Amino acid sequence: MAHYQVNKTFQEINEKIRSGKAVVVTAEEMVGIVRKHGEVKAAKKVDVVTTGTFSPMCSSGAFINLGPGISGIKAAQVWFNGVPAYAGLAAIDVYIGATEPRSNDPLNTIYPGEFLYGGGHVIQDLLSGKTVHLVAEAYGTHCYPRKCIEREITLADLPFARLCNPRNSSQNYNCAVNVTDKTVYSYMGTLKPRLGNANYCTSGQLNPLLNDPYYQTIGTGTRIFLGGGVGYVISEGTQHHPDTPRTERGIPRGTAGTLMVTGDLKQMDPRWLVGVSILGYGCSMAVGLGIPIPILNEEMAMRTAVSDEDILVPVVDYGRDYPDGKNRHLSEVTYAQLRSGSISIDGKEVPTAPLSSYIRAREIAKILKKWISDGRFLLGEPQELLPSQPKHS
Amino acid sequence: MYKKMLVLRFPAEITDKPLICTLSRRLDLCFNILKAKILPGREGLMVLELSGHKNQVNEGLRYLKAQGVRVKPVEQEIRRNNDICIQCGVCTGICPTHALHMNRETMEVIFDPNRCSGCELCMAICPVRAMEIQFSTDKVLV
Repeated sequence: MAHYQVNKTFQEINEKIRSGKAVVVTAEEMVGIVRKHGEVKAAKKVDVVTTGTFSPMCSSGAFINLGPGISGIKAAQVWFNGVPAYAGLAAIDVYIGATEPRSNDPLNTIYPGEFLYGGGHVIQDLLSGKTVHLVAEAYGTHCYPRKCIEREITLADLPFARLCNPRNSSQNYNCAVNVTDKTVYSYMGTLKPRLGNANYCTSGQLNPLLNDPYYQTIGTGTRIFLGGGVGYVISEGTQHHPDTPRTERGIPRGTAGTLMVTGDLKQMDPRWLVGVSILGYGCSMAVGLGIPIPILNEEMAMRTAVSDEDILVPVVDYGRDYPDGKNRHLSEVTYAQLRSGSISIDGKEVPTAPLSSYIRAREIAKILKKWISDGRFLLGEPQELLPSQPKHS
Repeated sequence: MYKKMLVLRFPAEITDKPLICTLSRRLDLCFNILKAKILPGREGLMVLELSGHKNQVNEGLRYLKAQGVRVKPVEQEIRRNNDICIQCGVCTGICPTHALHMNRETMEVIFDPNRCSGCELCMAICPVRAMEIQFSTDKVLV
């Protein structure tokens, strides 16, 4: 067990938040504070560092209970505005997934498909207070005899609507390029042939899991900013890979940790849950997510001082390698280089573009900072930390 | 060199006239046609860059209007719907003229309609379809 000069507990920090005395800074601000004052002084001074990310996050969706307006039916198939929801849960419990397209969507039959409306758009429309067309079909039972219900509903009509995202907030991600001679339409956006552009998708030094790379403060029960409201970390997400190779300061050199998160949809905001259409790929949802990192000791001050220069991102070919299941890295670049607008691959200057909004990630970190500074948001102490790996340093 | 990026709309009666050729021959103007199509009602739509001496360009515009062509600068035909733009920036890697670009300091995504050539690449690339281009949504059947 490391011996620290600064030792704070979640309870002590929450006490400070309650009395309005907590010092809260964003992950961007923390970089300069640690550079100026050193880790120990920074840890004494700062109690919480806020992070943020706003980007398309597949593996998102919502559990919805249709009642009490929808009764007498054991719904077997359900559509919201023509988008199928999974109804194999209970009579009127469904799950609407962000990447589900409309039933009659032409998909990629006219290539590249536009995927203009899907589950993410349904969630955004519900949050915006719009009316959504609900269709439920059933085979009929003695206790639930109805076979079809069609209704216009709003979020207010639904007694239960809970965002529950099995995989969000990726810790680092690939930078996608295309080395082939044809345009590639991928989930990383449209990639021009012969290294015409490079797309990346992380908020760098603001990324939640990059500010606590070994998940020393994050786990089941961590309270977070989710979709403009308050949410919680349930557990590690699907495809959580803490064993990814790391730099000396513990930053994974590629995709690593992920989170499964949840929150009451009714207190969220359509600004932070936005349906998106990815040309030739499908629909999804952009999710706003932010995590407060408690500065329990000087190590957490060091961890949260991670800067764009410290973050290494693998460059992967989505033209041939990725579809072939090859995890080959063409090169490795820093997030600072990606942010500069161009990177060099094999001597070629390649323009870079993000899929993840840095300016909105910063906005989330600032909102979370304000919530905590105002004493409106307390830290949730995790009941169990996420699976991790032994630390380098 | 004076340059104008224009959207021209030709009424059905004049789509068979070689007006652009006249611009070049008579007024010594340079042109670059980025898009040209004839709609089912026989009206013509063209996106064109016109360059030359300022007086000559303006003379050319007067000539086109006198022939019945409706002329509009491209920047008046294109806008970003800022209410739905999520400021991701993916458009900036595709935009050939850097009309869509990023302020590297703030990472704000900026749209400068004056640099837009009306290529429409951004329209389907934008995940929330925030780019609105008037001439691509013109009614085809009149």
